[in-house]
Amino acid sequence: MSDHAMMSTDERLAYMAEHILRNFATRGEDEAIEATAEHIGLYWDPSMKARATAMADEPGVPLSEAARAVFRRLGEEQPLT
Amino acid sequence: MTFTREKDFGTPAKHGETVSLTIDGQPVSVPAGTSIMRAAAMVDTAIPKLCATDSLESFGSCRLCLVEIEGRKGYPASCTTPVAPEMVVRTETDKLRKLRRGVMELYISDHPLDCLTCSANGDCELQDQAGAVGLRDVRFGYEGANHLEGCKDESNPYFTFDPAKCIVCSRCVRACDDVQGTLALTVDGRGFASKIAASQGEDFLSSECVSCGACVQACPTSALIENTVIDKGTPDKSVVTTCAYCGVGCTFRAEMRGEDLVRMVPWKEGKANHGHSCVKGRFAWGYAQHRDRILNPMVRTSVDEPWREVSWEEAITHVASEFRRIQSSYGTRAIGGITSSRCTNEETFLVQKLIRQGFGNNNVDTCARVCHSPTGYGLKTTFGTSAGTQDFDSVEQADVILVIGANPTDGHPVFASRMKRRLREGARLIVVDPRRIDLVRSPHIEAAYHLPLQPGTNVALLTAMAHVIVTEGLVDEAYVRERCDGEAYAEWAAFVSEPARSPEAIEELTGVPAADLRAAARLYATGGNGAIYYGLGVTEHSQGSSTVMAIANLAMATGNVGKPGTGVNPLRGQNNVQGSCDMGSFPHELPGYRHVSDNATRALFEADWGVTLDAQPGLRINNMLDAATDGTFKGIFIQGEDILQSDPNTKHVAAGLAAMECVVVQDLFLNETANYAHVFLPGSTFLEKDGTFTNAERRIQMVRKVMEPKNGYADWEVVQLVANAMGLRWTYTHPSQIMDEIARLTPTFAGVSFDVLEERGSVQWPMNAAAPEGTPTMHLDQFVRGKGLFVVTDYVPTDERTGPRFPLLLTTGRILSQYNVGAQTRRTENGAWHAEDRLEIHPHDAENRGIRDGDWVALRSRAGETTLRALITDRVAPGVVYTTFHHPDTQANVITTDFSDWATNCPEYKVTAVQVMPSNGPSDWQTRYREQSDRSRRIATVEPAE
Ligand code: SF4
Ligand code: SF4
Ligand code: SF4
Ligand code: FES
Repeated sequence: MSDHAMMSTDERLAYMAEHILRNFATRGEDEAIEATAEHIGLYWDPSMKARATAMADEPGVPLSEAARAVFRRLGEEQPLT
Repeated sequence: MTFTREKDFGTPAKHGETVSLTIDGQPVSVPAGTSIMRAAAMVDTAIPKLCATDSLESFGSCRLCLVEIEGRKGYPASCTTPVAPEMVVRTETDKLRKLRRGVMELYISDHPLDCLTCSANGDCELQDQAGAVGLRDVRFGYEGANHLEGCKDESNPYFTFDPAKCIVCSRCVRACDDVQGTLALTVDGRGFASKIAASQGEDFLSSECVSCGACVQACPTSALIENTVIDKGTPDKSVVTTCAYCGVGCTFRAEMRGEDLVRMVPWKEGKANHGHSCVKGRFAWGYAQHRDRILNPMVRTSVDEPWREVSWEEAITHVASEFRRIQSSYGTRAIGGITSSRCTNEETFLVQKLIRQGFGNNNVDTCARVCHSPTGYGLKTTFGTSAGTQDFDSVEQADVILVIGANPTDGHPVFASRMKRRLREGARLIVVDPRRIDLVRSPHIEAAYHLPLQPGTNVALLTAMAHVIVTEGLVDEAYVRERCDGEAYAEWAAFVSEPARSPEAIEELTGVPAADLRAAARLYATGGNGAIYYGLGVTEHSQGSSTVMAIANLAMATGNVGKPGTGVNPLRGQNNVQGSCDMGSFPHELPGYRHVSDNATRALFEADWGVTLDAQPGLRINNMLDAATDGTFKGIFIQGEDILQSDPNTKHVAAGLAAMECVVVQDLFLNETANYAHVFLPGSTFLEKDGTFTNAERRIQMVRKVMEPKNGYADWEVVQLVANAMGLRWTYTHPSQIMDEIARLTPTFAGVSFDVLEERGSVQWPMNAAAPEGTPTMHLDQFVRGKGLFVVTDYVPTDERTGPRFPLLLTTGRILSQYNVGAQTRRTENGAWHAEDRLEIHPHDAENRGIRDGDWVALRSRAGETTLRALITDRVAPGVVYTTFHHPDTQANVITTDFSDWATNCPEYKVTAVQVMPSNGPSDWQTRYREQSDRSRRIATVEPAE
């Protein structure tokens, strides 16, 4: 992540998710994943969520396991109504 | 509209037990401590006076206000004599008239008798009082020694000091000392030789004077007078309105002569400013008439073309058809908009309504994204609502004031004057800031502690303060038990108590000596009412939201929320940033901070607006720009915001805008963003429309139209035109109807209407059945969310790190005389104080790099490079550099990265790793940018029709 200024949208979404996770880290991994998924559910627009879901199982994307878990959970969630 | 001067009661109001007395045979009841002069004024008996005015404590020097009191000898001055029970006062007797005439004669004999041609003719207390005491002739003659030859001081661009007209009443000196707190003026010399001097006998401009205008307002003659009054003459009518600069929300009398604004005079009844002002609101309104204002709509197909002026109809039809075309080609969510914190609540409400009802999505964001969005998140999470807890008056009851990441004397000057007055009265001050802001040491004020932390370490520092409070047993346990969530508190207390959070453990990281930090924490916890005031130095960080929550934790732990004198007080930047957030400008929230996924709230709006609303949050500004670069977001309506200059990483913003097919900018001037626009809709100024602004203390105040919009329409009317062209059927004929709709749909505004505001002057939300008088202090008996929630705030360092390439940390701020991107203030005389942005650098860092004061330097970060001139100062610590961002040529945001707050994406303006090197002049980017900017501002000249 050396050149933040030049991030692609996917890289940025991944970065954002990891950043949120780090701020919830004191809660332990399971809770951090849940809190991050909930946060993203409340604040990201549908296209961002869709891209995140699509990234969850992409092996080429540099993502932590926790972030993958967050993105997978977004895919499972019922859309907000 | 007629012109009447605001009534002057002579001395300030007091609040004591009621005392009854008789004045000229009339019974009067007033609070104890009230002066006889004020008591008389309250029953419309005007005692002649010169040195007294009700914004200042009395001084008793002119001896014009003498009265007789039954049973007392002599002729006491009514301004300095307090009322007493059963007192019998006479204000008009032969003896008094004679004495007063004698006093006036002395004054007049040393005063030029050019009343008829004097600029203050008809608006001069000396003239009035000469009349009041019946002075017709001067026995001493005018030949003796006098001061009539004094030289005028015209150095200040806004007012003139003419010593010949000065009666040495010292009202100006006392106004500068007590109201403004700058202490720039003195009475030099004694007796006849005494005269008024600015600082050490300098002219006003070179002195300490900050041009607040308090002395000019206090001056009874034309010795200190606004240049606009000299130029245009005295006003003949006035309208009360609200300043459109900062979140203090000062109210002013716009004093007019016909359609021409003569001066803005701070309104004494204004509950935010109590008759005070700063240089911006008082004097810097000339931009409203500036020749750069664009008054006709303009359109172009490509940003490489010159602008083409068109009719309003053509422009609006074009906008509507472009937005609909884009939606049919790329989808409903391919367009969005940005509301402005400069505009009124009603206008902001309409823009988000246009987007939600008309665009059919939630792609609305606002400039608060880049300033106080973490306040919204942090205070909502901990307390239950996104707003400061107090009114400004609360500071008068504070015992310990903690200022963190704010520079009130520059950013919120009128509130700072109130704060400084409280500090002079003895309240203790803690300043947490990387830079030695003026408040740390100014006349008669010295911070008990200044904690100069490394930029980016707020959370570590605040958590260490919590560590001290918890481990040293300073928690207000009864308060926490009764008011807060016990489980969350226990978890938080355990977390902050860990040795790793101690001041000693983080000393190296923050650079703050542990002993100072401990002492400051003890003072805050035990010094009486503790009030925290914070600004963008808190929010504009990758942990902005965590910092806000860490502040809230401290306040709850010490029982400092829910009563006057305490609280958590975000100092809001723009005039209506509170209002624009309240009005639903965020992509996840409908007005009143209700999430778009909340079915009941949506149903309410759907029933009123007759459409189905999107239940999914929309895009934030930075995500809109990303989506634009990716080709999925194609059109944007930007009202009153210059994102190209104000948002981080200018190149990213430029790339996003350049990728869109229809960028619509509505503004007063062709701003930097307009370089990338296809449609320009001229905006109106705050002087040209009706509406309301909400200030940092949640106070809703009227903005009143004093002149017709030069561009033809108020901004709310333009939004309505766009909405109707897009097929909505809006029928507002006055902004009051928009406020009625806001009140109908927003529980915290339920009791607000223009009628109520007219009647009461202003109200603070929440205002509804539960709070019929509005709410000066929030969370009185319980928090809005029920129990206050402690949140564990772990320190997570920013990813923006210094290293060999970028060894210094840049932090940014603003200065008193300029305002944000400077679009308005640069178009006034305020340039006299701040003509360019400078880079503050510590002497040590400057010397290492061979930089001298005033040299051009290149400022380089991972994101870009710019150049500006250096200012060598030890206000900043070694390793830290600082600049303002008011001038487009500097383009400070070419440097800032797009790292942002983890919760809200508020950009991390306050921490950028940089290198500073000597340079010869503008960077390539600056030169290219200037060329492109000049090119894109061309307006085609239209051949006159045959
Ligand atoms: S300048 Fe005005 S306010 Fe000041 S001492 Fe002279 S007359 Fe009084
Ligand atoms: S303008 Fe304000 S700061 Fe300047 S001398 Fe007058 S009162 Fe003092
Ligand atoms: S303090 Fe703010 S609101 Fe008051 S006059 Fe100055 S800019 Fe305007
Ligand atoms: S007004 Fe009372 S002494 Fe001057």
